[in-house]
Amino acid sequence: MNDTNKNNTVLRFMTCGSVDDGKSTLIGRLLFDTKTILTDTLSHIEKTSKKRGMSALDLSLITDGLQAEREQGITIDVAYRYFSTGTRKYIIADAPGHEQYTRNMVTAASTAQLAIILIDGRKGMLTQTKRHSYIAKLLGIKHIVVAVNKMDLIDYDEKKYQEICDAYRSFASAIELNQPEVSISFIPMSALNGDMIVERGNSMEWYKGPALLDILETLDTLENLNQSSLRLPIQYVCRPRESENKELHDFRAFMGRIESGLLRINDKIRVLPSNHESSISEIRIGDKLLNEATFEQSVTVSLHDEIDISRGDMIIHQNDDLSAIKSFNATICWLSETDLTPNRTYLIMHTSRTSKAKIANIHHKININTIEKEDALNLKTNDIANISFKLAQPLIVDNYANHKGTGAFIIVDETTFHTVGAGMINSID
Amino acid sequence: MSKKISHLDWLESEAIHIMREVAGQCSNPVLLFSGGKDSLCLLRIAEKAFRPGRFPFPLMHIDTGHNYREVINFRDHKTEELGERLIVASVEESMAKGTVVLKSKNEPRNKYQSITLLEAIEEHEFDCCIGGARRDEEKARAKERIMSFRDEFGQWDPKNQRPELWNLYNAKVHKGENIRAFPISNWTEMDVWQYIEREKLELPSIYFAHNRDIVKRSGAIVPITEVTPPMPGEKIENLTVRFRTVGDITCTAPVLSEADTVEKIIMETASTVITERGETRLDDQVSDASMEQRKKEGYF
Repeated sequence: MNDTNKNNTVLRFMTCGSVDDGKSTLIGRLLFDTKTILTDTLSHIEKTSKKRGMSALDLSLITDGLQAEREQGITIDVAYRYFSTGTRKYIIADAPGHEQYTRNMVTAASTAQLAIILIDGRKGMLTQTKRHSYIAKLLGIKHIVVAVNKMDLIDYDEKKYQEICDAYRSFASAIELNQPEVSISFIPMSALNGDMIVERGNSMEWYKGPALLDILETLDTLENLNQSSLRLPIQYVCRPRESENKELHDFRAFMGRIESGLLRINDKIRVLPSNHESSISEIRIGDKLLNEATFEQSVTVSLHDEIDISRGDMIIHQNDDLSAIKSFNATICWLSETDLTPNRTYLIMHTSRTSKAKIANIHHKININTIEKEDALNLKTNDIANISFKLAQPLIVDNYANHKGTGAFIIVDETTFHTVGAGMINSID
Repeated sequence: MSKKISHLDWLESEAIHIMREVAGQCSNPVLLFSGGKDSLCLLRIAEKAFRPGRFPFPLMHIDTGHNYREVINFRDHKTEELGERLIVASVEESMAKGTVVLKSKNEPRNKYQSITLLEAIEEHEFDCCIGGARRDEEKARAKERIMSFRDEFGQWDPKNQRPELWNLYNAKVHKGENIRAFPISNWTEMDVWQYIEREKLELPSIYFAHNRDIVKRSGAIVPITEVTPPMPGEKIENLTVRFRTVGDITCTAPVLSEADTVEKIIMETASTVITERGETRLDDQVSDASMEQRKKEGYF
């Protein structure tokens, strides 16, 4: 709470691991040592720690969940936590390690720029470490921090730490996680004692690298996405016709969030799927006029020509050769408790556009414990699979690897309207 | 190469995107406006999302009848200034209809807002309510979706929420069901104050330091009003206080403060040692799970 800087940037990260790895203690430690935890929360934690017979403050209680979860002894869902330093505002997606692991991990990973993968120093690499790393790769997270925790329980042994790092490195090359655009860092730590999280502590003089918060604070968050191609999906069209102001009678503006690229005044643009062309006459956010706008900004734009644009259309640069398509191949994660039914029609929600879709082919499932392909006729909760879709309406898509915003989609059940799947586009079929 | 936008710009941009998704996907949304600081941020975001057009939704206040005059006046002044439509749904009308039954005359009415809200949703057939709740407020909120699904009884079922990935929001509902949309989910109290300062937002006067008759009751400062009289033996003091949240009079306590400008409030917020709700919401202190319980019953 002690940060009054108005020009922080935002960094979103996720923590992967289970309670046994000390994940809750790690998050508690980050919040506690950055002075985010206030007195009343702290006194509540003290009371609960005592009630549960603990001598020291149990920082994992900071992330203690809902009554429904405590009753059942499980974590249901992704929780979001916040802290700020003088440099950055942080949003932590805290995904539970056990129950519904894939579904929750995929959800948390979808908005994360960095993933902290926790390894218990006593246990080393486990199946879940591989699972977490695979999902981070699948969702295109570009920064991985491998946190070897519980160093206090292995006598802060550098050799054991190095062995774990080596094992992780060979696994990372096996799944091709170690790409040039992906950074992988390793930190030995004790979340319990607070070593190498915010403070360095005195127990690991042999470790010369940065502590966790140093990594977070100095990370270059401009992802190596293909930021040059403009993608502006239109969410809403403003036509203040009934306005009393006569000047606004013919006013028409198009509203949306820039998913990638840079938009400038007078840029020549094309609208998909209609292929109408024009150029930008005005860019604004509220009543502030801008000369240019960029990735992640929600803007209102006007054009020099009167052309018809509706919600679901996309503005791109004129020389871009993107077009609307009616089939694609994607990697999907099935999220619903109800199995996928291959011959049913589903809805695909993609940017601000929705289309009915049918499954053309389930190519294979991926066993995320072995990272091996398996045959599949249908899909159950937490399954990850490669699927080809046929669409009723054209969508304007990119490969997820190049453009997250226009490469991602969710699958919605036509009858229940529940979100049943999430997908990342690999290629246009 | 594009450069990274500041956290306030990022949060604002995300909130605008969410509001436009509501407008694009829902047929009859409404924005819940209390006159409080969080909902005032929502109004500024709505201006940035939809001007020069009208808002594609009316504003609605769930009035417990126990509000500070300053806040009600401010609510009306703000609505008029914006030229948008305000619906006032009254807990006292629900009491008159017999759908809200109080246990005692001056009982806090916060929890009864749920009943009045659900009645208003049904009457106006709203399919989405936009609200100013934040995930940092309380632990039952930390797991809340940005678009939170509620069934026909307005119930929040933490086990039956739709997964929410990337910035793809599914606001589809059947008749009778509705979505609660929270555009400032990812904001903290500090973000809200910084945004108020940056946007020079006008606030009800009771957010700033003023003199008020109070009594000290089991650690909290209780303002003395018609509905919150002193108990026998209590000593009334006149102190300089401000409110960190404004809600039903009977369950919102002020804090001792000399901060009479937004800038001073930001400095105070930065050095405060007690959470917003811990300090000022008398109703959340009752039990560890009281917010979770209220949400399940249809509360915001």
